Amino acid sequence: MNFWLHPSLLLILGGLLLPLVPARLKKGWLLLIPLSVFARTLTLTHGTFGEVHVLNWVLVFGRVDRLSLVFGYIMSLMCILGTLYGMHVKDDKQHIAAWFYVAGSIGAIYAGDFITLFLFWELMAFSSVFLVWFRGRRESLPAGLRYLLVHVAGGLALLGGMVWYCKTQGSWAFDDVFRNLAVNHATPATWMILIGFMLNAAVPPLHAWLPDAYGEATFNGSVFMCAFTTKTAVYALCRGFAGTQLLVVLGVIMALYGVVYAVLENDCRRLLAYHIISQVGYMVAAVGLGTDMAINGACAHAFAHILYKGLLFMGCGAVLHMTGESKFTELGGLWKKMPWTFVFTLIGGLSISAFPLFSGFVSKSMIVQAGFEQGKLWVGYLLLLASAGTFLHTGLKVPYFIWFGKNRPKPEVWNRAAEPPVNMNVAMAITSVLCIFIGCYTPYLYRMLPFPEEAMKYQPYTAYHIFETLQILLFTGLGFFLLLKKLVPEAKISLDLDWPYRMGGRVFLWLARKPVQALDTFVGELYRYAGLIPLMITARLSALFDNEVVDGAVDGLAESVRGVGRRLRLAQRGQMQENLTFAFAVAAVLIVAFIIYSNR
Amino acid sequence: MNLVKLIEFLRSRLKTVVRVCFVVLALLILLDALFVSKAHAHTGPEHWPGFWSLFGFVGCVLIVILSKWYGHAGIMTREDYYESTDEDETEHTDV
Repeated sequence: MNFWLHPSLLLILGGLLLPLVPARLKKGWLLLIPLSVFARTLTLTHGTFGEVHVLNWVLVFGRVDRLSLVFGYIMSLMCILGTLYGMHVKDDKQHIAAWFYVAGSIGAIYAGDFITLFLFWELMAFSSVFLVWFRGRRESLPAGLRYLLVHVAGGLALLGGMVWYCKTQGSWAFDDVFRNLAVNHATPATWMILIGFMLNAAVPPLHAWLPDAYGEATFNGSVFMCAFTTKTAVYALCRGFAGTQLLVVLGVIMALYGVVYAVLENDCRRLLAYHIISQVGYMVAAVGLGTDMAINGACAHAFAHILYKGLLFMGCGAVLHMTGESKFTELGGLWKKMPWTFVFTLIGGLSISAFPLFSGFVSKSMIVQAGFEQGKLWVGYLLLLASAGTFLHTGLKVPYFIWFGKNRPKPEVWNRAAEPPVNMNVAMAITSVLCIFIGCYTPYLYRMLPFPEEAMKYQPYTAYHIFETLQILLFTGLGFFLLLKKLVPEAKISLDLDWPYRMGGRVFLWLARKPVQALDTFVGELYRYAGLIPLMITARLSALFDNEVVDGAVDGLAESVRGVGRRLRLAQRGQMQENLTFAFAVAAVLIVAFIIYSNR
Repeated sequence: MNLVKLIEFLRSRLKTVVRVCFVVLALLILLDALFVSKAHAHTGPEHWPGFWSLFGFVGCVLIVILSKWYGHAGIMTREDYYESTDEDETEHTDV
């Protein structure tokens, strides 16, 4: 077997070595590793590499084709920008967690079989949760636990589905599940895989983890999180489920759902998180449409989205980092203090809204066009409606209520506000330039897409398309300023579908406290009357025997029980996070052992 | 800083800026109606002059009004909705 240098390996080793790097070389190291990952991505050639034979499986770590390359390219590019943005953070743990997370995402993209995919898929969940925990607020721990809980559930659905599916297929290769499904009919196994993918893509009703976690992560952690989890899932859906009609409907629902919640949202990073759901909705719908044009659109939009959404999270992250606030009701009028952050965020906003000359314009339109071309007019119109909503919030509401507006922050917040450190500004500037470059020079992106001939034929800059977009967006702008009074953010939160599991825990606790405790008391009483009193009589009778013979034996027994108890207590003293990780690891090992055993 | 000065300049002439914006909107419809070829249109209504302007404006108003209605129908709630009861729980479990 020839050694194939996996880009993720560079990140994992680089992360592990980071604490050993001397302080003065640290910034260089933080740039060197992502840059070398990007360089490695550029040198990849098509083919299947890194095959490892374990037991009777073949693990494929490097399936390199057009689809995986375009995702691998943008992920490694975003890793450079995200690391640069947080470079001044003097906490190795945060960088290591971020890099492991990216390694998981890139590993999942190049994985050629389900087992490798699953391993990296879980690496993503288990490293990204630290980006939430490292925020260190009181809310961070439960938010991270909820994130982990949801992703472990999704991971188990995926694991169960893939074991079942691969058993019936007789192969572990991760290929076009949908094509096999069309031949062999949908089985519960394919549904479980689809649910696992959809959960990571935040498809309703499996979406509530996203705003919950992304609004709570560290200022630079969110920049990473907004790029990798959902887009890796989009990749997996492109690979496995292109053409699944259900995804068209779900994608359009997603696109509008995110818009509705963004109207209500008061926290700028949660608003952006809802717009991730909305934008990923375009990609999911495109996967469902499944034509060459649509798949190109899904990949192009994922590419553009990673950059402009990263830029938006960088802008709002900079506000949070400098002022400590992310709520519209606590911010306002910051244009005097953070003008450049405003410009960069605005560029992100114009890109996501698909203004001509910005990146969203050349990617989003492919998906809308694919919808119209398939004769699905409702898809085209509803996605255009969602893009009006996108401009309304990300292009107008976010910049207006943070940098302008009537509201003014508290004096201490106002005094803290200033332009962020140089590295953050540089990261935002580079990302802005990329957003505009992609919008202006289409061949750069179009040549990278899975079906380049189809993409190069597509022409986004027709007079009709430019006027259509400008009319929709500018008249949305008119609507925004006319309805400004209605849009003033309210200091409230919106209930979403995380309610069942956030409140469900409470039902469980109540059950544990009330009925179970009552039962416990009842059994205790029963024991006292039915057990204890007769026992006392017997005890008196046997006292003599007891004193003479049993004492010695019991003393010994009690001593050993105490010893075991002490050990157990030590073993489970750990944090809940550790316990969860441990429990999950045990479950995974058991399942793997079961597969090996049943294969014999 | 130049950027701040530019924003100050625009803010001090807000009335002019707004007027320019209205002119741009009017021009947009006018140019669309007179010069833009509708060969790329997908459906009939798109041939109406200013169809997409109407679409954008009505869409925006609908999104705002329907979302706010949905939010005020009980979806929006106080910020400590989850927290306060959480504290309750910890008190209980501590006992």
